[in-house]
Amino acid sequence: MLRYTLKRLLLLVPLLLGVVVVVFALMRLVPGDPAVVFLGQDATPEAVAQLRKSLDLDKPWPVQLGRYIANVARGDLGDSIFRGESVMAAIASRLPATVEVAVAALLIAVLVGLPLGVLAALRRGSPIDVGSMVFAQLGVSMPVFWLGILLMFWFAVELNWLPAVGRGESLHHALFAALGGRPGVLGESLRHLALPAFALALNSAAVMSRLVRTSMLDVLQVEYVRAARGKGVANRRVIVTHALRNALLPVVNVIGLRFGALLGGAVLTESIFGWPGLGQLVVTAISQRDFPLVQGIVLVFALMFALVNLAVDLVTAALDPRMRLEV
Amino acid sequence: MTRHPSLVIGGLLVAAMVLLAVLAPWIAVYDPEQMDMANRLSGPTAAHWLGTDNFGRDLWARMAFGARISVAIGFLSVAAAALVGTVVGLLAGYYRGWLDNTLMRIVDLFLGFPPIVLALALVAALGPGALNVGVAVAAVLWTQFARVVRSIALVESEREYVVASRAVGASHGRILVRQVLPSTIGPVLVLATLGVGTAVVAESGLSFLGFGVQPPTPTWGWTLAYGMRFLRAHAWLSTVPGLFIMVTVLGFNLFGDGLRDWLDPRGAVSSKQ
Repeated sequence: MLRYTLKRLLLLVPLLLGVVVVVFALMRLVPGDPAVVFLGQDATPEAVAQLRKSLDLDKPWPVQLGRYIANVARGDLGDSIFRGESVMAAIASRLPATVEVAVAALLIAVLVGLPLGVLAALRRGSPIDVGSMVFAQLGVSMPVFWLGILLMFWFAVELNWLPAVGRGESLHHALFAALGGRPGVLGESLRHLALPAFALALNSAAVMSRLVRTSMLDVLQVEYVRAARGKGVANRRVIVTHALRNALLPVVNVIGLRFGALLGGAVLTESIFGWPGLGQLVVTAISQRDFPLVQGIVLVFALMFALVNLAVDLVTAALDPRMRLEV
Repeated sequence: MTRHPSLVIGGLLVAAMVLLAVLAPWIAVYDPEQMDMANRLSGPTAAHWLGTDNFGRDLWARMAFGARISVAIGFLSVAAAALVGTVVGLLAGYYRGWLDNTLMRIVDLFLGFPPIVLALALVAALGPGALNVGVAVAAVLWTQFARVVRSIALVESEREYVVASRAVGASHGRILVRQVLPSTIGPVLVLATLGVGTAVVAESGLSFLGFGVQPPTPTWGWTLAYGMRFLRAHAWLSTVPGLFIMVTVLGFNLFGDGLRDWLDPRGAVSSKQ
């Protein structure tokens, strides 16, 4: 397992290097002189010259690339053009909010998708099964930004149960506050988190329920499950220890991919609910043409995606030793 | 056909949306940009089936013309993605070796970014507009085609008839086009159908954020985003465009699923059971 982990870590290096090169190349796709484009036509020549210098645009591109890679390796993502702070600082202040909503959504997706898929497989052809399939099809087809607006309309505008926009205290602060005798803070944080997290979760819950159902149906046909049933093992035990454990393997695998979708969905969800995370920041940065900030955020999104996929691969390999042979 | 209800229902929904897009100028009655300030935010009436927006523009006309943008970008970006992906997949799977390795590492690189984030990054660099949105969406989708076609080409290029063709001196190009390519058509069609749904969501999402096709061109995503400003009193302004997006995506998803079951009955049995 250690060997496998080291191999996987080593494979991450060229991928990340490639990602950095692509993010660097993005600025070369900007039509015209990027410094003029970013500052606008009204910018003074001095300001443009200064930006060109600070973005290294006055140097040949191999030098630019070398310096960019070296800077990124040191954790220096440059300075935001309009925010008066480093890209790293801007990202660090927004990252926790995005992680919070993405993890909450993943949790909801698993808590909804898993039991629904299992139930549908166990009661094949029943109304629950048909209902789960309809839920899955609608959930996959419903755009996250529309669902977000519908949830906001029902639960914030019509029923007035939950806040429409904004974020309460960060969840870990709120937890400490609750432990310190102020449970109201935690309640307020969760109320703010509820709508964005549910909006973001539905699509993944739908995908997961469909996957768990198929995977469970396959496993229930396998010989060792039928053998366990044949020798009189209790039904609950057959389902939990024999079927579910093996049916979950592809589900763990897909969590990594879903995390990518969740990060992308977070961009839209955060914009709707005014959730102060990286998604909202990248939308503002693109609108302002704050390109160093856009590059930094894209890089961080790709890094998170790569790390989650690595973690998922390691967990899968720990659960199923056959996977370790594939690298 | 009746054994594949998804194919029929999905096909009908897709056909309805394509017809709406093609026939928009004749179905729409009003010009999508024609303002009627006396009838602002009117709600559904006999004259305006889906109501009007805050400038009195007919929502039905905006939906019909919006379908043109979404469906056109959906089809064209998927066609581009399928073309690039199929060529890359064929070359990688057939020639193997260093070419396969290089091409697949490029695929991995594209897959290293969360999909919407990659599309956003490209639109951020290239700027908004229909062509750039199409390029961004195609850049996200082509990897799926490359991977599937490569795996088919790997298997097909080992088949006896391919080996025999090679032995009698058929050129690589001829073998690729006449013998390997035909096996990929079914799976590529399925992927493409599902891909149009994804492309429609991606295009609407980018338009929703303001980075897609720019107003006053009526797009579903932007109309939906704009409707949010009137959510409290006129929720239908956001509800209607969302419904159009969802029905379109649902149609392509159902049609794609149905097509897969129809083309590969054995796979259908195991996924439906």
